[in-house]
Amino acid sequence: MRFSQAGGRRLVAAVPTVWLLLLFLIPFLIVFRISFSEVRLAIPPYTPLITWHHGSPALEVHWSAYKFLFTDSLYVSSYLYSLKVAAVSMLCCLLIGYPMAYAIARSAPASRSVLLMLIVLPFWTSFLLRVYAWIGLLQNNGVINNVLLSLHVIEHPLALLQTDFAVYIGIVYSYLPFMILPLYANLEKHDPALLEAAADLGARPLTAFLRITLPQSLPGILAGSLLVFIPAVGEYVIPTLLGRTDQLMIGRVLSDEFFENRDWPVASAVAILILLLLVIPIMLFQRAQRRELEATT
Amino acid sequence: MNTPTATAADPAAYVRFTNLTKKFGDFAAVDNVSLDIRRGEIFCLLGGSGSGKTTLLRMLAGFETPTAGTIEIDGADMSKIPPYERPVNMMFQSYALFPHMNVEKNVAFGLEQEGLSRAEVSRKVGEILEIVKMGGFGARKPHQLSGGQRQRVALARALVKRPKLLLLDEPLAALDKKLREYTQFELINIQQRLGVTFVVVTHDQEEAMTLGTRLGVMNHGRIVQVGSPSDIYESPSNRFVADFIGSVNLFEGQVSQEGSEGVRVSCAELGATVRVDRAVSCTTGATVWTAIRPEKIAISRRQPAATAASGENVVRGTVREIAYMGDLSIYLVQIESGKVMRVTLPNTTRGGERPIARAEKVWLSWHGSSPVVLTE
Repeated sequence: MRFSQAGGRRLVAAVPTVWLLLLFLIPFLIVFRISFSEVRLAIPPYTPLITWHHGSPALEVHWSAYKFLFTDSLYVSSYLYSLKVAAVSMLCCLLIGYPMAYAIARSAPASRSVLLMLIVLPFWTSFLLRVYAWIGLLQNNGVINNVLLSLHVIEHPLALLQTDFAVYIGIVYSYLPFMILPLYANLEKHDPALLEAAADLGARPLTAFLRITLPQSLPGILAGSLLVFIPAVGEYVIPTLLGRTDQLMIGRVLSDEFFENRDWPVASAVAILILLLLVIPIMLFQRAQRRELEATT
Repeated sequence: MNTPTATAADPAAYVRFTNLTKKFGDFAAVDNVSLDIRRGEIFCLLGGSGSGKTTLLRMLAGFETPTAGTIEIDGADMSKIPPYERPVNMMFQSYALFPHMNVEKNVAFGLEQEGLSRAEVSRKVGEILEIVKMGGFGARKPHQLSGGQRQRVALARALVKRPKLLLLDEPLAALDKKLREYTQFELINIQQRLGVTFVVVTHDQEEAMTLGTRLGVMNHGRIVQVGSPSDIYESPSNRFVADFIGSVNLFEGQVSQEGSEGVRVSCAELGATVRVDRAVSCTTGATVWTAIRPEKIAISRRQPAATAASGENVVRGTVREIAYMGDLSIYLVQIESGKVMRVTLPNTTRGGERPIARAEKVWLSWHGSSPVVLTE
């Protein structure tokens, strides 16, 4: 059987469309719908959307889950805390990742693939295992404290685990490759003649970097930052294993609502609000990607 | 030619290379070059790819560090001076315009590094954009310009700081033929108006001929000949230059007679004796090469009377190919020794007498002033 070209194209586009429809849009709609109901002790544990009175359907929409999010300060503070953690981690990743990406892009072509490989290498080990390994490093009788104690740098073990610091370490460590790879992809395309031209016109190396390299790498910075920021906001594993117990991140709150409280409507409302919070950065990310594509063609 | 002659000071020298060498690993891209470039001239470095001309230019701009030797600009040693402090500006082959800045910002970039006031910067930018005829394009981004317009912006950006020395790396390579010819004259015009010294790197001999006050022909990292375009074309110093610049008929031979009024070279390859009406420093019996330019050879159906007596500077042959180029025709004539000679004739008349056709037997002859004797 032969496809016409247009038919073939439609078929190729249909696969991801169906995928997105089944695995993203429909689950999203289900969550969206649950967020507008109330808890009840039944299966499923929430009120139906449509009830029948004397044979005629009636729409039952509850805002109570959303209202609840703004009456208990736990939720707002968790949202703000998550945004803060994500933003600080993103900045740290940028500050650490930019020089690394720059160095790789400037290294000899032969060593580039090796260096990139080293960046990707941690992915070969389970993410969960790597975060657990940090517990072993950071805990009171962990590697770091033991070394410092034996060197007599400190008298008592430092409280490293279950702090903001541990969460930052965990997130920066885990997400750094997502910052480096898009930055590298951008920096690698820069024409070295532009820096020569800048030097030729009297710009010192720092000026040339700030006025030529940095502005041109903005799409890469934006892409990398959002690739770190977006998943970090909803991060669940790292703060749960390494983080504070008195201040939760929103991903943990969401999971607790589902599995501990069995309050599906509030959990769904939390999820919907995370999504709303991330819509703007996601749109920025897509725009950055489009720009990057345009710049290369 | 290749021996260092740094002490033979040219008082007008503005740029001076002394025994300059640049090695990449074991490969000498520039090999012991000593050269003076005069103030106010357009000096063209001409050579094939890999001849070292671009490396020489990049060392002058400061992008490459010499392995040995020195570069002086206006008497000042440049070896410790970084590119951003050199009194030199460069127009890059790729133009290297900053893609995220518009034309005005691109041109202003160099002035901003000098810390000029904003008003001063915009006045100078406006002025130079007028000179390169890009006045109305200040707000455009480089990708919105045509190749020729980008070339002008690149030129403006390099000129706006009013450098004493402008380096141009293949300035016209990216332009089409018509635009290239026009731009050549524009470049000369601008150079004379601003009184800048130009150093141009090119692989295009035509470009070098039209632009250059003087040319330096490079081969394998060395300067093989320096001279005015006509010097280089009419009196090449060796076979490489004769062959590289234009086309030439080269024949190996032995000097059979040598004197103050000229020399005779008997060429077995040619099957004839070449008489040269000019003194050449060589000894009788030495192996030399005679070079005759295709346009300096006459082609006729009968033996020219002038050559009948001596039998010198004349050969017989058969026309093998004719290439009609419009303004001139190229004849490839196989002479009796088997070699093929190249002859060009201007098509001065339209129609006219029956032109010489393929497979016709012809006589090729030339004047005694035409051949050049090359000893290397």
